[in-house]
Amino acid sequence: MDLIDILLSASFWAAAIRIASPLIFATIGELICERAGVLNLGIEGIMVAGAFAGWIAVWGGLPLWGGVAVALLTGMMLGLVHSIFSVPFGLSQHVVGVGLTLLATSLTFYTYRVVLPEVSSPPKITAFQPYEIPLLSDLPLVGPALFSQTPLTYAAFVLAGLTALVLYRTPLGLAVRAAGENPQAVAAQGLSVTAIRMGAVVVGSGFMAIGGAFLTLSAFDSFFFDMVNGRGWICIALVVFGAWKPGKAVLGAILFAAFDALQIRLQQTGIGAVVPYQVFLMMPYILSILALVVMSRRAEIPAALMVPFNKGER
Amino acid sequence: MRLEPIAAPSFGRRVLPPALAIGATFVVAALLAMIAGGNPFAVFGLIVKGAFGSKFAILETLNSATPLIFTGLAIAVAFRAKLWNIGAEAQLYAGAVLTVVLGTGALSLPAPLMLALCGLAAMLAGALILLGPALLKTRLGVDEVVTTLLFNFIFLLFVSYLLEGPLKDPMGMGWPKSARLIPEARLPRIVEGLRLHWGFALALIAAVAVWIINTRTTLGYEMRAVGQNAEAAAFAGIPVTKVILKTAVLSGGLAGLAGFSEVSGLKGSLTLDLSPGFGYTGIVVAMLALLHPLGVVVAALFVAAIFVGADSMSRAAGVPSYLADIMLASALLFMVLAILLTKFRVRRD
Repeated sequence: MDLIDILLSASFWAAAIRIASPLIFATIGELICERAGVLNLGIEGIMVAGAFAGWIAVWGGLPLWGGVAVALLTGMMLGLVHSIFSVPFGLSQHVVGVGLTLLATSLTFYTYRVVLPEVSSPPKITAFQPYEIPLLSDLPLVGPALFSQTPLTYAAFVLAGLTALVLYRTPLGLAVRAAGENPQAVAAQGLSVTAIRMGAVVVGSGFMAIGGAFLTLSAFDSFFFDMVNGRGWICIALVVFGAWKPGKAVLGAILFAAFDALQIRLQQTGIGAVVPYQVFLMMPYILSILALVVMSRRAEIPAALMVPFNKGER
Repeated sequence: MRLEPIAAPSFGRRVLPPALAIGATFVVAALLAMIAGGNPFAVFGLIVKGAFGSKFAILETLNSATPLIFTGLAIAVAFRAKLWNIGAEAQLYAGAVLTVVLGTGALSLPAPLMLALCGLAAMLAGALILLGPALLKTRLGVDEVVTTLLFNFIFLLFVSYLLEGPLKDPMGMGWPKSARLIPEARLPRIVEGLRLHWGFALALIAAVAVWIINTRTTLGYEMRAVGQNAEAAAFAGIPVTKVILKTAVLSGGLAGLAGFSEVSGLKGSLTLDLSPGFGYTGIVVAMLALLHPLGVVVAALFVAAIFVGADSMSRAAGVPSYLADIMLASALLFMVLAILLTKFRVRRD
């Protein structure tokens, strides 16, 4: 199978969209935080917690959407912790984020061991099944790739669209963007920068957790310790790549996922026999760094990102 | 609410919040231990006993603290200059790789020369690994947090390739591990027959050296100035870019030494599980030490004790050993908050 065959196959694009889905949730979540001025490095841990919380809720008897809701709430609670430290107290967002990732990850593993002490392989649940959208799923290439996915994938795209709508077409979105660009101006309008930023971090963290839950509820049907495996950090690079814009971020996630799906397939071709498999596994991370380097030349970064705001101080 | 700086914090102001932070950490851990069905007092007792209860336990704690002193120093040095090095894990493995490349028979030198060469090469490797992200930061303004983090994944995959390819031990029965170091490249034990090795002493020397650099040299002064306010430092004529690059070399070098010490002192060969996250735990160590090099030694001992103690506690009490990681993460978060509260007063408005 050569490159052209791969790129023209529906299963390849279906896989790309599937791989992109958790990245879209988490990237949109991170984007909301950063647009309001807070870099959320808790993302990796929040995704781990979301993956576990959604899965354990469904295993305990909740319906799948109930699992998604539990993941959302878990993420929002962790986001609240992050926002209390990083917004009113204005503590170093780097340290708080890394701390939260450590806390969320270890709490998750601890809870897993408390709930399932003796289990060697985690129990499975019945995950979301693909839902073929009538008519649209019959289209060639696009049909299987875009319209025969699980409901959670459709939700990812809807969420990205809604986020763009809110950010650019509503007063709330204007306030969020201004909180990341010029918090003094927001305060001058009589709005609370603290409340806007905390809200953005709480909501954004909830979306990150759904991104994690996609892995256990939609992509796989079980929870594994290393399942998030750096996806959170990649989403931080995707926000930069998407120049802090939801549309571009979604495109970036799909491109990135397509590359990921491609490397898996290339491993099975003649190239895979010559190039060590670790090189393929490195590519997502190398690509992320390259994206950061390329995008660093543009000055689209929210001006007040990582700058704590203390009322009455200039 | 608003934060107001306190001009002259009282003694109580400076001591109470950090003490409360430690207390809060133990309260969190006690609650979690109870949820897991353990008696918190018994659990803490078992942790202390596991870490200090016997000569073997104490030496195990000192051994476990060794790599944490190195990575803690690496992070402390970098963070003081606001160079956010989250990549000590990769730098540690770089040091370990060079130690193995030089120390498994490629060279034959008397032990002191061999050890010095391996150590220096490990430092150089670690330094080079951090120099890349540091250059990207100073030249192109690329945030080093993400680049150093992502590089951890890249470098670990590279090590995985090395251990299955060029560095694979032909006698290793197919396991992805390197050949064993020749005796000349092994750091000797401090007391023959006990596991504690000279890497621990080297770590103490490194801590004192960093303390001297911080307090007695121009570089130390410049690093702190850049960390406090890069713009003001530039205005005062400090070559900010050069200082950041020198900081990167020092920080990466210290993390590289952690890899050298673990391979040469403890393990004798390189495997993919050489570090169970020493690079990340170093962040906690550095923060608990308030970025003070001598404090790093104390914090590393504390962190190592919790890890070593939690391991044996877990076996005895049936409480998952992840309790140790949770304690460290909460200690980190409570501590950064406590430090703030020693300097600021919270005002409602």
